[in-house]
Amino acid sequence: MNPVPPSPTALAAEHFLARQSFIELKARERAELLVDAGTARELAGPFDRISSPWLAAQGLVPQADDGVVIVRGAMNARPVVVISIEGGFQGGSMGEVSAAKIAASLDLARKVGEQGTPIPAVLVFESGGVRLQEANLGLALTGEIHRAMLALRRVVPVVGVIPGMVGCFGGMAIAAALCSHLIMTREGRLSLNGPEVIEQEAGPAEFDSHDRKLIWEITGGAQRYAAGFADELVEDDVQTLADALRAALARGVPARHRSERVGEFLERIARIDDPLRFDSAMLRDLFAGLKTDERHVSR
Amino acid sequence: MSATSHADGRFTLKTESIPSSASRGRTWFEALCGASSASATVPSVLAGDADLSAERVRFISVVPDPSNRFPRVRKGEVGVEEGWMIAKHGRDVIAENTEAKRPIVAIVDLPGQAFGRREEMMGIFLSCAAAADMYVAARMAGHPVVSLVVGPAFSGGFLAHGYQSHRILALDDPGVLIHAMGQKAAARITRHSLAEWQQLSEKILPMSYDIHACAKLGIVHQLIKVASATAPDASDLKRVRARLSAAIADAREEINRPRQNETKPLRHRQASFEVAQRLAEQWGGPAA
Repeated sequence: MNPVPPSPTALAAEHFLARQSFIELKARERAELLVDAGTARELAGPFDRISSPWLAAQGLVPQADDGVVIVRGAMNARPVVVISIEGGFQGGSMGEVSAAKIAASLDLARKVGEQGTPIPAVLVFESGGVRLQEANLGLALTGEIHRAMLALRRVVPVVGVIPGMVGCFGGMAIAAALCSHLIMTREGRLSLNGPEVIEQEAGPAEFDSHDRKLIWEITGGAQRYAAGFADELVEDDVQTLADALRAALARGVPARHRSERVGEFLERIARIDDPLRFDSAMLRDLFAGLKTDERHVSR
Repeated sequence: MSATSHADGRFTLKTESIPSSASRGRTWFEALCGASSASATVPSVLAGDADLSAERVRFISVVPDPSNRFPRVRKGEVGVEEGWMIAKHGRDVIAENTEAKRPIVAIVDLPGQAFGRREEMMGIFLSCAAAADMYVAARMAGHPVVSLVVGPAFSGGFLAHGYQSHRILALDDPGVLIHAMGQKAAARITRHSLAEWQQLSEKILPMSYDIHACAKLGIVHQLIKVASATAPDASDLKRVRARLSAAIADAREEINRPRQNETKPLRHRQASFEVAQRLAEQWGGPAA
């Protein structure tokens, strides 16, 4: 008697059960699972106890790693630095210490790189943006992250992933836009201003911060991928994400980064006659054809 | 004409007679550079060239444009089109590829990035990234880049247009401020009352809305006293030109002799100094 082949539904269920959610992991576990087994080494970790000097005076409890995990290790058996932001501490916000950890790591990766051995970077974005409790230092050091990314990505790829649930906002959304390759999940969100800030500054008619459907339609990973702002949309699964990151690293530095394609974007934005009638379907048409990489959805 | 800094961190001019397109950004641009030679397609971004110490300098400024088709940029915010346009005006200078690298001066007067639903849809984060990218590309190509902050400089707008400079100069004036977020929105996001937020921002140095705090933190390199930040006179202009020239000379010095890592921390930035030191110690060799 021939064995009965498993039904497609059963296969899908099996696949679902075999998945390991990346989103549910903490920043440290994420970084350790992304690098090749046994290669993770954390730098400026919790035992170094460098925490924010600004929070205690505001009645907030600082954390010994300030919510950023820096791990050196290997991917594809080549050195890499993984920078993973912990969304569970102060919303993954960028304060003096957390932002300095990212900027300094990117600078070190480049300096080693300039001596002939490139160290690419992987950034796991989980950030509400600048930490308002350290406002202007957070802002300035976020600018240093941008500078360091721009210098590093000339030599080696700087690959970003926005897994969710916090998403990626403010100055870190600008950082995400500077990546050589950006990966998102459907649970990830990417935007400059959060809905609450837009509502506060421009009123609920401009953006109703309680309209969850609207928020996801504009900022969610599926929409960002469809419009060409993200290079890849992947499922929430550790192995799938790690494979996508390895493939992106192997692809190397793109001939031109998205943020350098000034003429093409200006020409397309000039075509928008009436921004008030603009919708997401128009958006997908607008930037279609700007995609250079062969983009695909990893399953 | 006098300046008023409102409780919500906004800034307005106390006069009814000036047209709504007038702004400090426009005033200082025209005073330093004359009329904009930028194309009329994006009138909210002024660009032009003028001499400073006998050298041709590119000036860029973002200004209000009351009839702009994007309503959320009409007060001078950096919107989707503005970010890309700043990038174009700077990249045109880089593309000249002449031996003498022309300086770029960003005149900064920004209520912030544009706050709008459609702006988010159209990827305003990428527009801001494109502007920041240009300024860093200019620096790496050897162009001195200097910012002159003449009004408010908020958040993502400032990260796009102003932060990525060799030197950031600011007028010493109550209408000049740099901040991550306006007071009302910041209070809301941090779940504070406005009064609580204001108290905290007076107590905690990096939260301050006072430009002197930015100078203490090393974000602003120099404050410039002027008789009027809104209607500069001849001596104001002379002083600002001299400071810009000096800042450009400093930038050239830095380009020719790149700074090594700082050996001692800035007074109010000890934690970030310690972070950089610790990471360098633990970094190890080129292998993983």
